[in-house]
Amino acid sequence: MKPASSRNWSFRFGTGFFGLVLILIVVGIGVELTRQSWLSIAKFGLKFWFTQTWDPVAGDFGALPFIWGTLYSSIVALLIAAPIALGIAVFISELCPARLQQPLVFLTELLAAIPSIVYGLWGIFVMVPAVRALESALPQAVRALPIFSGPAAGLGMLSASLILAIMVVPFTSAVAREVLKAVPVTQREAAYALGATRFEAIAAALYYARTGIVGAIMLGFGRALGETIAVTMVIGNNPQVSLSLFAPQYTMSAVIANEFAEAADELHLHALVEIGLVLFIITLLVNSLSRLLIWSMARSAKAASVAEPAAVGATA
Amino acid sequence: MNRRTALIALATAAALGVHATAQKVQINGAGATFPNPIYSKWFAEYNKLNPNVEINYASVGSGAGIRQITNQTVFFGATDGPMTNEQLQAAPGKILHFPTVLGGVVPIYNLPNVNAELKFTGPVLADIFLGKITKWNDPAIAKLNAGVNLPATDITVAHRSDGSGTTYIWVDFLSKLSPEFKKRVGVNTAVNWPVGVGGRGNEGVSGLVSQTPGSLGYVELIYALQNKIAFGTVQNMDGEFVKASVASVTAAASAAAAQMPPDFRVSITNAPGKGVYPISSFTWLLLYESPKDKSQSKVMVDFVKWALGDGQKFAPDLGYAPLPANVVKLELDALAKIKVS
Repeated sequence: MKPASSRNWSFRFGTGFFGLVLILIVVGIGVELTRQSWLSIAKFGLKFWFTQTWDPVAGDFGALPFIWGTLYSSIVALLIAAPIALGIAVFISELCPARLQQPLVFLTELLAAIPSIVYGLWGIFVMVPAVRALESALPQAVRALPIFSGPAAGLGMLSASLILAIMVVPFTSAVAREVLKAVPVTQREAAYALGATRFEAIAAALYYARTGIVGAIMLGFGRALGETIAVTMVIGNNPQVSLSLFAPQYTMSAVIANEFAEAADELHLHALVEIGLVLFIITLLVNSLSRLLIWSMARSAKAASVAEPAAVGATA
Repeated sequence: MNRRTALIALATAAALGVHATAQKVQINGAGATFPNPIYSKWFAEYNKLNPNVEINYASVGSGAGIRQITNQTVFFGATDGPMTNEQLQAAPGKILHFPTVLGGVVPIYNLPNVNAELKFTGPVLADIFLGKITKWNDPAIAKLNAGVNLPATDITVAHRSDGSGTTYIWVDFLSKLSPEFKKRVGVNTAVNWPVGVGGRGNEGVSGLVSQTPGSLGYVELIYALQNKIAFGTVQNMDGEFVKASVASVTAAASAAAAQMPPDFRVSITNAPGKGVYPISSFTWLLLYESPKDKSQSKVMVDFVKWALGDGQKFAPDLGYAPLPANVVKLELDALAKIKVS
């Protein structure tokens, strides 16, 4: 039998090695994406991020419409999904009769298990016609707003955001539910002891769990950013920067999926890989920002909970 | 003792059997998705006739097929648009094109109260896809369709969002008929569309058109035939309005055979002649003139000979137009150039 110190050392080395592998994979992806998109990076430079033309015939490529479409659809999806997901999480963890709890949990998890191509097909045949009917039913005065302008095609930003929202809800609500479950019972009991109503007690629990809930929402955002096939089936695939929810637009992952197989021209191929690189960078940025947000919230929460007893002590 | 001899005999037979299967030839190819149904049929039928020949085809798209044969990761490629001169020069050896079957692309539309079959011309279709004609009752459309009560609604243009040989044929035709389309959009498997919504695949475009009143799109003839989608006629070079069919697409190739370049890299959109459907195209197999593996090469040449001969009879049932006899003859001559030993 080996001495304990040697086993400790190999355990440490082993886990450290696997940790390092993770970092190497991320760096490796970045390096490889850069290498494979070099023609495009050299030709367009930073301009690639800010120009709107995507012309495979003329060999002129800019990523702005795709960046815009990806961020716009994901943000709108989140605005729709976050309240619904929170509502589901609160209902299941706080209000739901015990008999309903398991079936509801099962159903939301089932939503997460449906393949995205199935969402896409459902989107084309069921949701898009409904969205088109809704769009054409809007009064002219509303249609005049820039956010609702353009013909009612059904396919477009609104459909993409709606389908993303449906896909994001199970993830966000599952995590939010776990976070709420982790709120100590003493928190709620304390709230009730102070004479809080049920609503106020739930609000207190939500406040206590806020960092975890932001984390749950950001997880949904990450999922929405990368979703490909369901979005490309309903977004209309037109590379334009438009504020209108009715306009057909495009996302980064959709253009890669659509054009990669037939891209015979080297520059076109490199531009598509550079879109992948841009998506990679944006995903990294979003994740780091949400991590920063959660850290700063956690720190201020900790500071507050440390400061409060001190203040109580001072008055005593 | 007897038993032992029997065993030895059995072992020898087994060894011989192994030897026979060892001569099995496997050939890998990759490329266009458009001819995938007929290629799959051909490889299966050919395997029935020659059980030791197994041809595998990955339908990954024309662009990917060109890349893979250039990198020599597959023995043969397949494409819906001929390789460009730069692409040919990038390959490590001389690549030859062989047309295998033909396909057509048709305009489909959704006008709920119009029962007549609409007529189109290249310039009108080009202007619609440029966003210059935006209403169904535009004088340019009305002039071609006298007596049809066209609505005053917007035209919703539907096109392919994925890179596709179908798009290549469509824009190749529009570019020939409209200098402005050629200048502003050009010819490629994926282009920068001035207007419209993009659907993924033939099913995406036809889904879009069938659900959107007032829409106009384009799909492969096979797809429209198999799914019973109504489509319009298109004016050909001789001024006739021709409906796409297996016969009218073959007629386009027949007309083009007279001026066939020796490398078969030819666009037959807007071909001259009577009864010719103008939005037609070949689809090509790509082979190295002098491949490294000569035994595979011999098998492949035999297969192509069969595909150009007996194989053609499978084409119409699958919605492809068979090659005309004069093109097959030119190809058999070209096939003799491929080194098989």
